Amino acid sequence: MSNHLKNAISRVRDTNIEWVGLREVREEIRYSAARDGKPRANSSELSHGLMVEVLANGQFGYASTPNLDEQSIQLAIRKASAQAFSASRWAIHRFSAAQRLRIEMKYTSPVVRSLDSLSIRELNDLLIEISCKLKISPKIVRTEATAATFETHVHFVSSNGSDAEQKFTQISTGFSATAQEGSVVQKRTDAGMRGRSYQGGWEFFQTPALWNSVQMTGAQAVELLSAEECPSEVSSLILKPDQLMLQIHESIGHPLELDRILGDERNYAGSSFVKAGDFGKLVYGSPLMNVTFDPTISHELASSGFDDTGNRATREFIIKDGILLRGLGSLESQVRLGGIPGVANARACSWNRPAIDRITNINLEPGNSSFEDIISSVERGVIMEANRSWSIDDLRNKFQFGCEYGKLIENGKITRTVRNPNYRGITNPFWRSLRKVGDRSTFEVYGTPNCGKGEPNQLARTGHASPICLFENIEIFGGAS
Amino acid sequence: MIDKSYFDSLKVNILEQGLGQGLGQGGLSSGEHLFINLYAETSQFIRVNHAKIRQTGMVDDASLEISLIQEDANKSAFTGNDLRKITRAVTLTGNLTLDLETVHAALNKLRNDVLQLPVDPYCVLPTNTGSSAYEKTGVLIPPEDAAWVLLEPVQGIDVVGIYSAGKVIRALANSAGQSHWFATETFSFDYSFFTKSGRALKGVFAGSSWDQKKYLNQVSEEVNRLKVLEKAPKILSKGCYRTFLAPAALSELVSMLSWGALGEASIRQGESPLRLLRSGTQTLSPRFNLYEDFSRGDISRFNEEGVLAPESLPVIHEGKLSNSLVSSRSAKEYQVLPNGAAAHEGLRSPTVQGGKLEEAEILKILYTGLYLSNLHYLNWSDQPGGRITGMTRYACFYVEKGEIICPIENMRFDDTIFNLLGSELLDLTCSASYIPDVGTYNMRSVGGSMMPGLLVSKLEFTL
Repeated sequence: MSNHLKNAISRVRDTNIEWVGLREVREEIRYSAARDGKPRANSSELSHGLMVEVLANGQFGYASTPNLDEQSIQLAIRKASAQAFSASRWAIHRFSAAQRLRIEMKYTSPVVRSLDSLSIRELNDLLIEISCKLKISPKIVRTEATAATFETHVHFVSSNGSDAEQKFTQISTGFSATAQEGSVVQKRTDAGMRGRSYQGGWEFFQTPALWNSVQMTGAQAVELLSAEECPSEVSSLILKPDQLMLQIHESIGHPLELDRILGDERNYAGSSFVKAGDFGKLVYGSPLMNVTFDPTISHELASSGFDDTGNRATREFIIKDGILLRGLGSLESQVRLGGIPGVANARACSWNRPAIDRITNINLEPGNSSFEDIISSVERGVIMEANRSWSIDDLRNKFQFGCEYGKLIENGKITRTVRNPNYRGITNPFWRSLRKVGDRSTFEVYGTPNCGKGEPNQLARTGHASPICLFENIEIFGGAS
Repeated sequence: MIDKSYFDSLKVNILEQGLGQGLGQGGLSSGEHLFINLYAETSQFIRVNHAKIRQTGMVDDASLEISLIQEDANKSAFTGNDLRKITRAVTLTGNLTLDLETVHAALNKLRNDVLQLPVDPYCVLPTNTGSSAYEKTGVLIPPEDAAWVLLEPVQGIDVVGIYSAGKVIRALANSAGQSHWFATETFSFDYSFFTKSGRALKGVFAGSSWDQKKYLNQVSEEVNRLKVLEKAPKILSKGCYRTFLAPAALSELVSMLSWGALGEASIRQGESPLRLLRSGTQTLSPRFNLYEDFSRGDISRFNEEGVLAPESLPVIHEGKLSNSLVSSRSAKEYQVLPNGAAAHEGLRSPTVQGGKLEEAEILKILYTGLYLSNLHYLNWSDQPGGRITGMTRYACFYVEKGEIICPIENMRFDDTIFNLLGSELLDLTCSASYIPDVGTYNMRSVGGSMMPGLLVSKLEFTL
């Protein structure tokens, strides 16, 4: 991207404007899908435009435009300025340029196999082959394979000297098999819906394990048809990382967003049970619980160099030894809350939306228990994997999750498969019941590419990594019948 | 500037003049077919918290989605079953010269890529079943005045929400000569009023012409409604409760039917719980009637392929599945008739028919149980089995002997649609409320649903 943004800022003459930021975003999204051995969709999208943000009279105002010529940028600056001035009388906080730090850096996603290395013909052939090979039995009534890629180039410049770029390459792939026998229908996916979402290229789809995973997904869909229903009882629960991903997202990520704690989201996504006074004090979970905001894991979906307000992103402990330390909030949220520590997480989903506090990458750090240690310690319980259902209240307390696949654990051994495994609980009691945390060998990285939040609404890509974990005394149950 | 004349110029250049590329008759090469879909908006957004402004801005956005369908060049005779399809969306600026360059590049990419694709047996060609044009001009608050008009009347009240206003455009044209235009100017203030103790009620003030007197009246009514929320809440035990779902709560429940339930594809592919209605294994209450009703004119009747939905389509009639939602693609795959459903085969303009309950009598008829104004974060907990979980939210009350006693602490429910819309459904209110769709993912939504209230003999709460 060229210097036209810096030139546009240099031509701003309105002395009442305290700060101007320009964020140009050019994003290419491609999506292909095959169903039951035939192509279902092939689409792409090129989105390109500019977000102008102006600070005037202590209030930020914004204006987005798809026009990148000088006249249109200046018009957008005037519109944003008018918004800021007219709103400043009603401002929720008097901001300053201290909430927009100067940044100069470049960040690029590491890519091993570039997105261009697979033609659209080869991609369709691959997806069709996967959807055919998933059909391992006549009982499989539907198969699907999908691949979405995202190439996003962000250029951020500001009147206080920021000039920074980020080039993200992201990939989100998945496949599923639905089996049916009589009235019983069971679906199995590869790590849950869109769970395999990463920063990087085709190396995360064309893996050595791909065809084994395809075979196993089809086989387990059929296996679930004759599996017994998950028991309804209070027992031990072991969650694999492809389910913990969403447990972390919903019951750690969202309640710790400072804009929720400030009440900004009360009309839509909701608020939080966490209060401003809880930081540094609240026992969020058991002493085994260590959670980080980590933008540095290179292939995790939301890794970045800086956020969309120019704040440099660094790894931080959010929860350490079970104690809540830090919130997920931008410099704006931090100053509104009187200096509660936050992170660089002001992100926008596109050029036509303003930055808000987002989850980005939130990870549960590994412990020291091996998989075998964890299983052998359980007298009776269920191990669950791959999310299929999720719901939590607006304060992020009462949750219920459903998984695709479960295994009973009896007397320290994995025994029978169970279908429709579900569990429910309340956030802090649940995390305080964390009894064992898997070691590095059980640590896996996943992503959720459709995190909805904000007014106007925004979908964000977030990453979550964790080891397997054991929880005690959890309410588990089965399906509809 | 993007308006109808801009779209007409775009249409002529792309579909009739082949973008000046000297292509064959009609502007397209032999065997090529095209859909173009325009999505555009000019919006003001004001985000409010504690009756102050959190964020405010203007969004100009437009994109054109181009779908190219290519017949198999090697076939001697056209069968309609040898088609390849590819789609690309590009951002538009409103500058026709620039945009035609962008579209030209997009079309060239599509032409190159489509030849690499396998045949799509369920791809549908454009048809021309008639064109339409609808444009509604609103009376909106000037952007520079919106903050004052919106916030002055609510000072001293803990109000949080989003004001959205401006023009929304949806348009379509195809290479068969069909053209549709839908443009509307609307506003909405989607808000929550909070008490000091953190309890809230939710509402929307929406329309196409701002009426300050009506706004002030609505604010005043909401302030009055807040009073009952000041009472200490009741913590319910788990179990089943006789429950009244107000229209907004029923709207949430019905919206779940758009998520893999009413679509012909989801029924055929085993994922929809409503396959059990089709097979006769399950039924819903004969009192439950659901329609797609486009007669309100608040949303475009045409889908992405230009097919006009019927003005009214019975979906569930007296508890039986009378029409699934059938897209053109599903129609071709399953050899059934399409009914103008969008590709995702979800409800676009749902209406639930009212029953016999007088709204004024609801508390008396409910007698003892729960009055739920809103539900939150619904999801299938067992989709093939038809079980849904979700939360109560906002103004939800415990009612005893026909009187509101107090608000309740939010509870999780987990129950099946076959219970809630079937065996446990007692009746619906005779009057219905319009619930505007105020969503803003990717772009501002238009339209809404028409919902009565629903009384059920029991709803199971689990947490």
